[in-house]
Amino acid sequence: MTALLEVSGVSVSFDGFRAINNLSLTIAEPELRAVIGPNGAGKTTFMDIITGKTRPDSGRILWGEKSVSLIGMSESAIARIGIGRKFQRPTVFQTQTVRDNLAMALKGRRGPREVLFHRATADEAARINAISAEIGLADSLPRIAGELSHGQKQWLEIGMLLAQDPRLLLVDEPAAGMTPAERAHTTDILRRAARTRAVIVVEHDMDFVRRLDCRVTVLHEGAVLAEGSLDHVTRNRDVIDVYLGR
Amino acid sequence: MRRSLVATHPSVLWFLLALALVTLGVTGLAEAGLISTSFVKTLGKTLCLALVAVAMDVVWGYCGILSLGHLAFFGIGGYAIGMWLMYVRTEEIVAVSLAAEALPPTPQEIRDAIGTQIFGVVGSSDFPWIWSFADRAWLQFPMIVIVPGLLALVFGWLAFRSRVTGVYLSILTQAMTLALSLHLFQNDSGLRGNNGLSGLQNIPGLDGIGQDRISIWFFWASAAALAAGYVFFAWIVSGRMGSVIRAIRDDEARVRFLGYHVESYKLFVFTVTAMVAGLAGALYFPQAGIINPAEVAPIASVYLAVWVAIGGRGRLYGAVIGAVFVSLLSSWFTGGGAPSVSLGVYTIHWTEWWLVLLGLSFVAVTLFAPKGIGGLFDRIAPRPVADRQGDYGPDAGAWRREEGEP
Repeated sequence: MTALLEVSGVSVSFDGFRAINNLSLTIAEPELRAVIGPNGAGKTTFMDIITGKTRPDSGRILWGEKSVSLIGMSESAIARIGIGRKFQRPTVFQTQTVRDNLAMALKGRRGPREVLFHRATADEAARINAISAEIGLADSLPRIAGELSHGQKQWLEIGMLLAQDPRLLLVDEPAAGMTPAERAHTTDILRRAARTRAVIVVEHDMDFVRRLDCRVTVLHEGAVLAEGSLDHVTRNRDVIDVYLGR
Repeated sequence: MRRSLVATHPSVLWFLLALALVTLGVTGLAEAGLISTSFVKTLGKTLCLALVAVAMDVVWGYCGILSLGHLAFFGIGGYAIGMWLMYVRTEEIVAVSLAAEALPPTPQEIRDAIGTQIFGVVGSSDFPWIWSFADRAWLQFPMIVIVPGLLALVFGWLAFRSRVTGVYLSILTQAMTLALSLHLFQNDSGLRGNNGLSGLQNIPGLDGIGQDRISIWFFWASAAALAAGYVFFAWIVSGRMGSVIRAIRDDEARVRFLGYHVESYKLFVFTVTAMVAGLAGALYFPQAGIINPAEVAPIASVYLAVWVAIGGRGRLYGAVIGAVFVSLLSSWFTGGGAPSVSLGVYTIHWTEWWLVLLGLSFVAVTLFAPKGIGGLFDRIAPRPVADRQGDYGPDAGAWRREEGEP
């Protein structure tokens, strides 16, 4: 296990409010990590910082074997080096088919010229079929993504994430609005993905986190409050006070 | 897997067929003397407007950039061809008048005489630097696409990299258009101020040929350009590129997180459509005969957006229908073709009320038929049947497949 992403001493404030306060975190490859915390703990801001949407005021974010700094890189460049993100609200392209959504996410050249002259290959079709089978949407490839149910959209977005073939997946509340059966399926997909990649899951639902059965980081007021197994952190006095003991 | 453009987009074939029929029909009617030369020119100009509308649809309907500057690029294309037409035409006239002199004129004398002819109207006789290429077609013709393309590239690069989007971007493009037209209105802009360039219908070297013949040639050229432009844009908006630019329209941030450099794509679309707009302008203004800065004014680009909205955004034939329908209707109303309506106390003269009618139709289309006229085709076309493979839901209480619509 080597460190894939190293976040150290990162702080960011919005209009004087410190959303992230001297946060440090290391993720190995492969690893499955759950990040939990009360509302306003800075979970989403933490993802925004890694993916380049928000620029931190201070601190370092180093990536990969060569320890490349991610600070100052554009969102698209960060996505291309292998960080994929799934949003809390499912954001699939509603007017396009499931197949087009997956095809757009498939790992490949991203320049306008390559995309303009792109021809679909049998290899790509096979990848799309494999991914759609994994997310349970094999029958829905020609459907317009806007017609899908909420849970199916969540899966489609997970599928798009897998299609990107990232080394690090950032997943924001994947189980929100899902039925229990869909949740179980989502857990399977994430655990399977985490065998070869680093996966960070931000989640509110304790049962879901328990089923993920992984190391847990608790955020509070923009900093790491506790880290360890779920049983370990749920016994932590501070964690009980700020989060669980309500 | 690999299917041709026509197979995946049958509307391309239908469009080309309709365009070919119109072209042949108009040619036949003109040869038979049933329609006037000026009407052939109106139709040829309309096809050029349809081409710029298709470009507008790609940049607005597909990529979501409401540009209020594309008719300015159209005008730049017109100025570029107009400079060459006017220079060479004036050269012919000057050569004839100087041939009567006792001494043969020197090249410098000819050039000075041309300058006096062209710029006398703004009290000047020197050629500004922008006319450097006007005497040579092979240098001036590329400017039809290069100048609008470069302007779009520089402007787009500055605007998109600052992540200006939505209505702010529209305002910025409108400011660019206004600045350009105000500049052109000045006498020292080097393009004859508000006089514009005129006499563009006289094509050098075609003196012996009447306007009735030239108008048909331009009509054919405009139809060919529209066909080529339509197929070109249909190719761009199909496939992966089309997927990405529609995705940018719907959720730009999400596309960034997929690894696409959104700004490059927008710049590509903005620049390519500007170049095609320039080309359309270069075919339009020789048929119009005159170009002046009013053609470049922001209101012209607003009309372009109205055509596309009425015709139907997000489908190329919708833009063509909108441009053809509204611009022909507009020339009918403003040309006095529509009979006045007497209300007893007040008589509606359509030349005055046409803009009100157009504005009301625009509001009506936006509110009640957001798909525009092109949306009517969805009613005729067979509705795609959902190919439901399984049941309606995973739970036991959900409808079985057999219970729903077939």
